[in-house]
Amino acid sequence: MVLKSDVHPIKSADDVVRVRQVARQWAAELKFSLVDQTKLVTATSELARNTLEHGKGGTMRVEQVENGPRRGVRLTFEDNGPGIPNIERALQDGYTTGGGLGLGLSGSKRLVNEFEIKSEAGRGTTVTIIRWK
Amino acid sequence: MSSVHEVLQKNEGAILSGWLAEMAASTRRSDLMGDTELRQQAAELLRLFAHAARNSSDTTSEAFSATREYLREIAKSRLDQGFTPSETAMFILSLKQPVFNSMRDELESDPTQLVAEIWTVGNALDKLAIQTVDSAVEFRDQVIVRQQQEMLELSTPVVKLWDGVLALPLIGTLDSARTQVVMESLLSAIVETNSQIAIIDITGVPTVDTLVAQHLIKTITAARLMGAECYLSGIRPAIAQTIVHLGIDLADIQTKAKLADAFGLALSRLGKSIVTAKPATNITSKPKDA
Repeated sequence: MVLKSDVHPIKSADDVVRVRQVARQWAAELKFSLVDQTKLVTATSELARNTLEHGKGGTMRVEQVENGPRRGVRLTFEDNGPGIPNIERALQDGYTTGGGLGLGLSGSKRLVNEFEIKSEAGRGTTVTIIRWK
Repeated sequence: MSSVHEVLQKNEGAILSGWLAEMAASTRRSDLMGDTELRQQAAELLRLFAHAARNSSDTTSEAFSATREYLREIAKSRLDQGFTPSETAMFILSLKQPVFNSMRDELESDPTQLVAEIWTVGNALDKLAIQTVDSAVEFRDQVIVRQQQEMLELSTPVVKLWDGVLALPLIGTLDSARTQVVMESLLSAIVETNSQIAIIDITGVPTVDTLVAQHLIKTITAARLMGAECYLSGIRPAIAQTIVHLGIDLADIQTKAKLADAFGLALSRLGKSIVTAKPATNITSKPKDA
């Protein structure tokens, strides 16, 4: 169940910093431990940068979700970019098309509890992550 | 717009006092600006506007260039004085009422012309007010750009801890532009001070993601190519766990939790050690007279 939500644009490098701060605020609101906060913020940073650089910009939806007694933060990164042709390969450690370390997507997956990626060539990519408290 | 010009010139005194009264009633900020200065500005602007209105009604035309220039000055000085852009715009807009009043008195006999003239002069004043807002925003943007540049320089100090040991305490977000500045200042400092060891401290970097890690690795590799050893310090527990989960390999890099630890390591690499010279004395007590 979604308790509240908000949408933020990701159009520039400044926005990456801004959505990172948003993620930290929402995690702090749920009293996440410092380690959990840092993990969520780092995953946000990776995925927001992917949205900006590979997806040519998009949005981040942030939601406070509830599942029985558990509460968590769900982040949805959405872009209308070129999409990912081979998701399995994109999730491999060390695979990169942008000259980075190739750990952003696979690393973010390890930093959160739930990770879902949908992509269609020419249509864009949507990545949804949840970190439970 | 010729009759506007006539009305303005004929009733200059009445319009000016009407304008000042209008401002006193609505937008006056006597805490920020004295009466004499305001009166001077208003009189000068009214004179320029009346003069420009003789030749044209288009505020972007050559005839209005002196008016626009004067408004830019006003926008800048008012921003420095602490006015908001909308307060500066209201300064222009509050001229409307007294001008309309004078025109109504002058053109009473011809309502069609009155409406047409009021529309023209109202339009011109609106545009000028918008221009002052634009100018104010532009000046503010200039301040922001300057501060960004200053911050970029301030945020990357290379400090010498000891002969041959440099430290680079990083604070804030590490993006590509920052990394370039960091790398350049570190590498040139290594050459200038002939240092063998450089310590990069990331205590003040809030988020270490793969991009930041990549930038750090590049900087450290470059320093190594120059023949200097490079240590990474200030890795907080939360950051350490995140780096492990991300899968970033920092095994090749000498890391320490605290800057002091890295400094200790640097000293021992240089064959130096810190020893206690004599039994510790209470620093806070007054030295005894000999």
